[in-house]
Amino acid sequence: MSYVSRDTMLLTTPFHSRVEAMCDLNDWGNWMGYTTPNAYFDVELEYFAVRSTTGVFDLSPMNKYRVTGPDAQRYLDRLITRDVSKIGVDRVGYAIWCDDNGQVMDDGTIFRLGEQDYRICSYQRADDWFAWNTLGFDVTIENESESIAGLAVQGPTSCTVLTLLGCTDLNQLKPFGIAHYSFEGRPLMVSRTGFTGDLGYEVWVPPESAEALWDQLFELGRDYLIKPIGSYALELARIEAGFLQANVDFMPAEEVVRVGRTRSPFELGLGWLVDFKKPLFNGRSALLKEQQQGSRYRFAMLDVEGNKPAEHSFILKGDKQVGTVTSAAWCPTAKANIAYAQIEMPHGAVGDELVAEIYYQRELHWTRLLAPCKVIDAPIFKSPKRWQTPAPPH
Amino acid sequence: MNQYDAIVIGAGHNGLTNGAYLAKAGLKVAVLERNPYIGGATVSRELHKGWWYSNCSYVSSLLRPEITRDLELPRHGLQVVSFGGGATFTRNGDYFGNYSDHDRHYREMARHSKRDANAYDRYAADTSLQTKLIRPYLMRTPPDPTSMRPRDLRDLLEFARSFMDLGEEKLLDTIKFWTASVGDYLNEYFETDAIKAHMAGSGIIGTALGVYSPGTAYVLLHHYMGDVDGNVGAWGFARGGMGAIADALSKAFQSYGGEVICDANVDEIIVKNGRAAGVALKDGTEYKAPIVVSNLDPKRTFLDITNPSDLPKDVLKKARNFKIRGSSGKLNIALDGLPVFHGLDPRNRLMAGDLHFSDSLERQERAYDDWKAGTWSKDPYLDMMIPSLTDPTMAPPGKHMMSVFVQYAPPKVEGREWTDEDKDGFEKSVIDQISNYSPNFRDLILHCETRTPREIEAEVGLTEGNIFMGELTFDQLLFNRPFPGYAQYRSPIKGMYMCSSGTHPGGGVMAAPGANAAREILADLKKPNTVPGGYADD
Repeated sequence: MSYVSRDTMLLTTPFHSRVEAMCDLNDWGNWMGYTTPNAYFDVELEYFAVRSTTGVFDLSPMNKYRVTGPDAQRYLDRLITRDVSKIGVDRVGYAIWCDDNGQVMDDGTIFRLGEQDYRICSYQRADDWFAWNTLGFDVTIENESESIAGLAVQGPTSCTVLTLLGCTDLNQLKPFGIAHYSFEGRPLMVSRTGFTGDLGYEVWVPPESAEALWDQLFELGRDYLIKPIGSYALELARIEAGFLQANVDFMPAEEVVRVGRTRSPFELGLGWLVDFKKPLFNGRSALLKEQQQGSRYRFAMLDVEGNKPAEHSFILKGDKQVGTVTSAAWCPTAKANIAYAQIEMPHGAVGDELVAEIYYQRELHWTRLLAPCKVIDAPIFKSPKRWQTPAPPH
Repeated sequence: MNQYDAIVIGAGHNGLTNGAYLAKAGLKVAVLERNPYIGGATVSRELHKGWWYSNCSYVSSLLRPEITRDLELPRHGLQVVSFGGGATFTRNGDYFGNYSDHDRHYREMARHSKRDANAYDRYAADTSLQTKLIRPYLMRTPPDPTSMRPRDLRDLLEFARSFMDLGEEKLLDTIKFWTASVGDYLNEYFETDAIKAHMAGSGIIGTALGVYSPGTAYVLLHHYMGDVDGNVGAWGFARGGMGAIADALSKAFQSYGGEVICDANVDEIIVKNGRAAGVALKDGTEYKAPIVVSNLDPKRTFLDITNPSDLPKDVLKKARNFKIRGSSGKLNIALDGLPVFHGLDPRNRLMAGDLHFSDSLERQERAYDDWKAGTWSKDPYLDMMIPSLTDPTMAPPGKHMMSVFVQYAPPKVEGREWTDEDKDGFEKSVIDQISNYSPNFRDLILHCETRTPREIEAEVGLTEGNIFMGELTFDQLLFNRPFPGYAQYRSPIKGMYMCSSGTHPGGGVMAAPGANAAREILADLKKPNTVPGGYADD
């Protein structure tokens, strides 16, 4: 009998026994209530595994919702801002969903598994919002977060490793495509998706297959220099590749308390995901109005001079503060100092020259630095491998 | 029409960098290369089918991030990938592991000596202090201490002030550091032989000096002052081998309109009326340009490709006296699998780092004794890497490529030229040493390229096979590099410049000499500067 209750203890993912065995640094974080490694052995080397070989990230804590029924597509078209009919069977689409005020609640990926069968993979929990939206639709929503284990297998040798695992002809799979295989008698689904901007896949299996999948991946991947990666390394890769992160680069609209702290798709540079040709979707009228009247903010990717990451910096135009930085990093592969910022309109257009007010501390001494920066039009890291089909071997 | 605004001799990384910045300023530039391929000592070659060798320089750290970013080398295909740590194997079947994680590193040192493990923090702080003194000068032309020009006076004053700001005690430490031997320096911090030997390696690599020779502490610093993504002292591999650096630089250069001409072996720099006017190739072809930049080492520049009658006597004398002694060789080996080393789990990440077998300063000094006696070390100091554990493009899956830097190897064997038998003996001393620690190593060898100073000089054009194009001792650094009075990239001939590693800040695939030289040339031409300044040190 234990003397203390352990009911507040973090959960573990289906890969935990293997993750734990490889987590040399014993450096853990809390992601969505799960114990997840911040780093396994060296953040930098983990990051470089993604860029040069294969990095494996346990993404089981992601929220997964199955959407089925005759009205599945109509329902999703109501829920999200883009045109769902354009996502074919066995294809994945990046999507955002808004509240009725046209403010972004979360982003995620929509997997079309069949004619009337979809899976939404989201960062935030969305049981309540998804349920309210079913009103009037013949659709069933099932939270299958705990019944699917997932690994992101990302990097130049990832296709080769997964092919060895039995994913035949995986190199023919196009970006955002889905392929189905079996693994030890259970289904294994692979999607060519990821958060790193390079060639990469996400592998989805029932939890019962998780440990065997991990073991075989690392056994078969050894000659292809496979390494596990933690959340710190992934964070670096995603900033370099231009991906936004909920709760970092924007606040999920429903969680915001203070007026004006939510952001619309246009204000996050995600206007391309809004399809006004659809007659009705959550936030449509508000977004239409915004499109006509103008947005308050602009999302800007900044190329910052010097080598000090502009973390938490104010962005200035002349003497005036016009924005703040949400994510920043020195990008190790692109060799550039990149920041994402929310900039007050009308500033922040591509080519605009701004100044980042950077504070950094060395040995308890703070320095203020005014670093010129320029708004760039695309992510700094562009890997041709990401889009190549057939996928290259390394 | 072989008429250009500027001609750069030698398509190594400094020549290409120099050419890129001149071309970026709008000049019509040609970089001439004597070999059929570019890169000089920054090269990847497939010498055994399926295996790529970085067969000269083999790691990257010092390449200035300012240049990588400014010339958009990642866009031109360059990807530098870090590797972590390393190990020195000891004769008693153990090893000392150098981990990149601070706490893991502490534990490993403490396994050998708790006191050493604790002293490491003091050592790291003291060494960082020295690094910080020199790093701001990497992307700058050294001031001329005899000049009264405002720029030189200002820079000298700043240089002097950074030293005076240290305070008396640290200033004395600094003077001591810059003149000390790496062995004496390390002895002040550590008691464990293997730990000292592991660290001392950086003090002798590429230098014809022993761990107890004065001046080697600075050489250690030279290897520490690089960084990969702000991690000072970190080292990485260029994906695809070191040739990827030259390839990316060449693409950047060509994107500004520059022209690379291979198989162009320069015979002589043409001088007319005391001014550079172009170059003549050995095959008789002439290229005309009012600016000629030599990326050859100072000896070759002034004693081989310049007519002595065009030069003042003092330069000829200084060039002749320039210290560029060959001290090292290299083995590049294709392996059928991963070698196993005693004591270390082959899955340990240290395997992907730098590996050594000299477990004491004494063994390292004895290896130098052989060099002094005019022969290769019978028990050499090796800086061995297996890049295929980090970069999957270097060898087929499951196979490996091993790069073995070997010290010491003299430029001449007992005063005579190297023979093929000498080369075999040199190779054997290396293979034997590795085999002593790795039972399966010998059976895994599929192909081995062995390069003594003879091959390095003949193929790459590094005089005596000296990898830094001149020793990195204080008498040949900063305003003394390559020689006093000529440290600002200009030669005594108008329009003729130097941009090689033989100039400030020296060798190690930094590309800073090439960039700094371009800045001076553009200033002389009264063209806008295209060369970035260094990142401010913090």
